[in-house]
Amino acid sequence: MDYSCTLSKTLQHPALVRASSLGLLLVFWIAAAGLTADASVLPQPWALWVPFEKAAASGALPYHLGMTLWRVICAFVPAMAIGVALGFLMGRVPAVDRWLDPWLVVFLNLPALVLIVLCYLWIGLNETAAIIAVVLNKIPNVATILREGARALDPHLGAMAQVYRMAPMARLRHVIMPQLAPFLAGAARSGIAVIWKIVLVVEFLGRSSGIGFQIHFYFQLFDVAMVLVYALSFIGVMLLVEAMFLQPVERRVRRWRTA
Amino acid sequence: MIKVDIRRKAFGDDEILRDIHFEMKVGETLAILGPSGIGKSTLLRLIVGIDLAFEGEINRPEKIAMVFQEPVLLPWRSVLENLTLVHPQLGTQAALSALERTGIVDKAQLFPGQLSLGQQRRLALARAFAGRPELLVMDEPYVSLDPTTAEEMLALTEALIAETAPAVILVTHSDVEANRLARRCLRLAGSPATIIREFAAGSASAFWEGRHDRA
Repeated sequence: MDYSCTLSKTLQHPALVRASSLGLLLVFWIAAAGLTADASVLPQPWALWVPFEKAAASGALPYHLGMTLWRVICAFVPAMAIGVALGFLMGRVPAVDRWLDPWLVVFLNLPALVLIVLCYLWIGLNETAAIIAVVLNKIPNVATILREGARALDPHLGAMAQVYRMAPMARLRHVIMPQLAPFLAGAARSGIAVIWKIVLVVEFLGRSSGIGFQIHFYFQLFDVAMVLVYALSFIGVMLLVEAMFLQPVERRVRRWRTA
Repeated sequence: MIKVDIRRKAFGDDEILRDIHFEMKVGETLAILGPSGIGKSTLLRLIVGIDLAFEGEINRPEKIAMVFQEPVLLPWRSVLENLTLVHPQLGTQAALSALERTGIVDKAQLFPGQLSLGQQRRLALARAFAGRPELLVMDEPYVSLDPTTAEEMLALTEALIAETAPAVILVTHSDVEANRLARRCLRLAGSPATIIREFAAGSASAFWEGRHDRA
């Protein structure tokens, strides 16, 4: 039989490619840790297990993980809602676009750090300031993506809905939303990734809980292992959210394309 | 009773239509002929009320249906939902019988993308007639179909018009379609376009003008 062909086919299997790609990253890590040969600079992957177990058992890791996750959700929901509404309006109403576009450019280019510091200075070192800082950082991104989606709406479907006098809610649900779905998914994906990074900075600078706070704490102790434990734990959580929530929703919404 | 009274329609400085006046009774079928690009589709958009920016007045009935050049279906909803979402007052049973009437009832649970172009057009026809419209507007509905399918669709449309008896406005290039479906023909010409003549379908002039139109 043609073994090389079977082999190359097996190697193209997506799950296998993903696993080998991650494995390769791990190999690089092990090699780099071996070369530095100093656990305080870069510990071997397996050396993280004990500190991870300790942090998980003490309840510190779940608590801070939970706080960060809660802030991500609190920022994600309003950022998406406001960003989608603004982006849609800008895509559909040229006058709104002309007025808001310069603002969008300003906020897109305003460094996250500046917004965070200003929010803390103006509102105070509290939860409200932290969430508002993250929301303000994310809205321009969502709005930009959704504006493209709103501009790309099919005028023929709009005409059809108008001729047949579809009710506004039915139009939104069955005509407009399905067309915006890929843009919504894109905004949600990039949104959640960016938001958790900004949440970490917010926590680093001015909160006494969350992954960012813990990383700040262990940074001051020069404890690379614990910094990695906290960072990797949250990456793990985000991969779970992606696999358990975002991907199934996307598959369901895309069903008509593959049928 | 439908009364179209358009004095002027322009996009910016570009004047498209001028002085188009005609009346129709319910149950009457009217064909609008003219070379492509003259503004026939613009005229239809004014008649159905998608475009309201013009000088003049149009009296149209409450229930309007339109068959577009393309099927214009909701590709993310099933064939059955394409009827029930557009016509919420229509029950599932009535929607199924509308699909049965157009010969695609076995496709009810599929997505439109899984249908052939001919079947998609049947669905578009089912959607148009399911609401029992008082005015049906058709914008070159058989363009891009092969002759056999076009003939089937034409026969189906004829039957459905006979059952529902709406007023029908048909834009077409084909003299065959105009002669089979319509009693009256209007010919548009000029820039800005206006009605240059009105004649009964089936007359020699309709035939020859149709031929000329295609050349």
